[in-house]
Amino acid sequence: MTDSPPLSTGTIDGVNGNLIRVTFDQPVRLNEVGYARLSEKHLKAEIVRIRGKQCWLQVFEDTAGLRVGDAIEFSRDLLSIELGPGLLTSIYDGLQNPLPQLAEKCGYFLERGEYIDGLDRTKTWAFTPSVKVGDTIHAGDSVGTVPEGLFTHRIMVPFGWRGAFTVEEISEAQTCTIETVVAKVKDAKGELRSIKLYQNWPVKKAIQAYEERLRPTENMTTQVRILDTFFPVARGGTYCIPGPFGAGKTVLQQITSRRADVDVVIIAACGERAGEVVETLREFPELEDPRTGKSLMERTLIICNTSSMPVASREASVYTAVTIAEYYRQMGLHVLLLADSTSRWAQALRELSGRLEEIPGEEAFPAYLESVIASFYERGGVVRLRDGTIGSVTIGGSVSPAGGNFEEPVTQSTLKVVGAFHGLSRERSDQRRYPAVDPLESWSKYPSLVDAKKVDESRKILKAGRDVEQMMKVVGEEGTAIKDFITYLKADFLDEVYLQQDAFHDVDGSTSADRQQHVFSVIHFILTANLAFKTRDEARKSFIHWQQIAKDWNRMPMESEDFKQQETKLTDAVKACIATGEEN
Amino acid sequence: MQTRYHGIENIIGNVLMLRATDVGYGDLAEVRYEDEVSLAQVIQLDNDKVFLQVFSGGRGIPTDATVRFLGHGLNVPFSDELLGRIFDGSGRPRDGRPELDADPVGVAGPSVNPSQRIIPRDMVRTGIPMIDVFNTLVQSQKLPIFSVAGEPYNPLLARIALQAEVDVIVLGGMGLKYDDYLTFRETLEDAGSLSRTVMYVHTAADPTVECLFVPDLCLAVAEQFALQNKRVLVLLTDMTNYADAMKEIAITMEKIPSNRGYPGDLYSQLAARYEKAVDFATAGSITILAVTTMPGDDVTHPVPDNTGYITEGQFYLRNGRIEPFGSLSRLKQFVNDKTRADHRKIMDRMIQLYASYRSTEEKRSMGFRLTEWDHKLVSFGKRFESDLMDLEKTIHLEEALDSCWQILADCFEKDETGMPSDLIKEFWPKERSEVRG
Repeated sequence: MTDSPPLSTGTIDGVNGNLIRVTFDQPVRLNEVGYARLSEKHLKAEIVRIRGKQCWLQVFEDTAGLRVGDAIEFSRDLLSIELGPGLLTSIYDGLQNPLPQLAEKCGYFLERGEYIDGLDRTKTWAFTPSVKVGDTIHAGDSVGTVPEGLFTHRIMVPFGWRGAFTVEEISEAQTCTIETVVAKVKDAKGELRSIKLYQNWPVKKAIQAYEERLRPTENMTTQVRILDTFFPVARGGTYCIPGPFGAGKTVLQQITSRRADVDVVIIAACGERAGEVVETLREFPELEDPRTGKSLMERTLIICNTSSMPVASREASVYTAVTIAEYYRQMGLHVLLLADSTSRWAQALRELSGRLEEIPGEEAFPAYLESVIASFYERGGVVRLRDGTIGSVTIGGSVSPAGGNFEEPVTQSTLKVVGAFHGLSRERSDQRRYPAVDPLESWSKYPSLVDAKKVDESRKILKAGRDVEQMMKVVGEEGTAIKDFITYLKADFLDEVYLQQDAFHDVDGSTSADRQQHVFSVIHFILTANLAFKTRDEARKSFIHWQQIAKDWNRMPMESEDFKQQETKLTDAVKACIATGEEN
Repeated sequence: MQTRYHGIENIIGNVLMLRATDVGYGDLAEVRYEDEVSLAQVIQLDNDKVFLQVFSGGRGIPTDATVRFLGHGLNVPFSDELLGRIFDGSGRPRDGRPELDADPVGVAGPSVNPSQRIIPRDMVRTGIPMIDVFNTLVQSQKLPIFSVAGEPYNPLLARIALQAEVDVIVLGGMGLKYDDYLTFRETLEDAGSLSRTVMYVHTAADPTVECLFVPDLCLAVAEQFALQNKRVLVLLTDMTNYADAMKEIAITMEKIPSNRGYPGDLYSQLAARYEKAVDFATAGSITILAVTTMPGDDVTHPVPDNTGYITEGQFYLRNGRIEPFGSLSRLKQFVNDKTRADHRKIMDRMIQLYASYRSTEEKRSMGFRLTEWDHKLVSFGKRFESDLMDLEKTIHLEEALDSCWQILADCFEKDETGMPSDLIKEFWPKERSEVRG
């Protein structure tokens, strides 16, 4: 490549929390990484503002002990991560330091200034070339593959390279480390460039080495009935889960990370409890992925920047996660990114903004909060790659609104840009109605697994039932017409047997797409049946009885004989109550 | 050993500014004037301007005070000698005994590597049935006690300090009323529990800045004990005072407030403390119980709200009792399957029945007639409240579980309880107790 100018150095002028002000000598650029020297250690930092000969850096570590006059070395690189085989199954912090390896080095605690390569330099991979000398290739095209666990990992032309390249040399099939040069290509000017098994990519920039973006239409099944049927998420779509504490955001995310019908799952634990990540860390290797029969960990990658870890790397962690997601999308894979919680990320932005003394927006969040959130979610999407294969990144972000109030800036900014909204309600979680997704508040713009018309009709009944319930609180059961009372019972039935789901039950916990279609058609039949009851008591008794049958039915494996019998039992019981003649 | 500086340029609130060089961020300094000495900490560096937060407050500090930088950050002497001692928010002895001569350890150190954490495995027995049976406290758990002014949260903490089956208790008081401090001290002394306790107490009369260091001192000490294989329980009261102290300092520093005047990093600050709770795989553990009073009994107030997002559940202390509804220990399922076969089932069933009792009470207050079943529920509810919810009673877990069965047996027939038959066979008491009808 071209000769780069000498690296800039600087000295510290001021320290305020994790923000330092530095005077530099050579040109620097925004978001460039610099290292503050603290005796033996180097603290990683990123330039966030430049003014004249001074720049401001946010340090990704505790700044205690830094002095005015201490040296800073700039790197010329933007905040980047390594992309290559070996990412999956890793557990990284927000800056792609592998946490288990850090623990081997430093023990229980995260010592500052310790950095380890994101990818193992010694591990070997079996490379198989897929291009010939003389082939013309572009950024994002693969020059070969290596097997990585469940997947064929493509070794690609670095995404940032512009124009067409001719393959000059290509390695034969060999077993090599990621540092091995496997191909040399010539650019338009005739210069040779080397391709290794890995490349670096600046995290805040979207990877766009694909042919075109497509509209997300294909369903991403999560096996959670209320989501798949009522508030579906499409592959390549975006959704958010806001909810007050204790409403089950994290449990819902955990369930999704296990059951979602995608190839790769990236979990970004961003500013939340460390204990929650530990459950995933310890349990995933033991759990079997029903799709592959292998350990769930094989398709999973965890970015873990929990609440007590430095705030600045919390901000970086969501970008690290989405960059890795985009990388696997470039291989034609379907990736799900779960970020828990984007509010903590927004708070990291707020802390930085406050230190920079920027003019605050609502609740002291920076004025650019909305555009930052929007551009993050926009990195999701379905794409057609240059070889015609389709890949997708689906982003699901949980939001922790202050006081559980959805009017706050982070929730509102997020709602504007996502395709589905799964609002959790304290009321439902208090009533132990799990998953506590509010069926009336939530919405989705993606197509459902089941017939849209049926979903619509059911939702109307749910709404009508809720209205009747409200009314009954005032006028009492006696003052409610039997027809309304039946609507109320129908809505309750739908809630009890379909919307609620026992996440910990082997069968009930995961409802496949087929099963949802099948079961929902039966539920829909009951909801729309013209039922005749003489008294409210009789109606209630019947519905309680049906609920019991239907709940047992939910717990029976679909392929079992019991399942069919139970279904007949349910439909027969309902049919017996359908009005005959013209009485209605 | 270090250069002394004379002359202070600005004094605003608790923050003073002077010109000095070669000062590390976060370092401590000694501010001397006349007979007074106070510690101060560097909170901002701007060229040769050094901003110091004075622990004892800015009041009375003359511009010609002498400042000496100590060249290190905040630390606390640590040795086993700490047990039985009482300190203030700056780490000075409050019990009239000499300063501790021991190697200092850093305060607010790095956080634990998440990959080194383990799934919680052991319960902390407190002898309080509403905790042990219904919302078991687990080693490494962090739990707030949400309460309001006037509730007996400090007596509750003192009882937990006496009864909890742990090796070391670290008690941190923030903005504590002096009377409350004396009560804590006397209670622990009388019960002979002071010898396993370290106290760091900031009283309401002390300078605000000192309040800020109490949680850090407590947790740094707790961490050292935990690394020495001790099971440590950290009791903090009241975290709302701590947050208010942060608010006060932030406002003086002209930081942009976010919600109701609290600084924007309230969540991160609280989390950095609570996340110190840990169970080391090959050493001891830290468990945190922290009183958080809710101003105006409002759980959406920024302090309880942010706390709720950080902690692993919460206890509500209302009307002198730990509320069975709303209170939640998120980690209890990790341990309550190992205590006794009936624990989970009876816990769930008792709460469900108690919920039915509450709705019966509502029904009664509205003037409806009670059925026979309702009367059974009422007698059950009363027994539940008197036998189990009373905070004055100390009952071991096993006795408490037996007591649950006894209450069921006294109030209901076997098949009315909804308990699985195999458990009834094993645990149903032979006879009804004669105490009540």
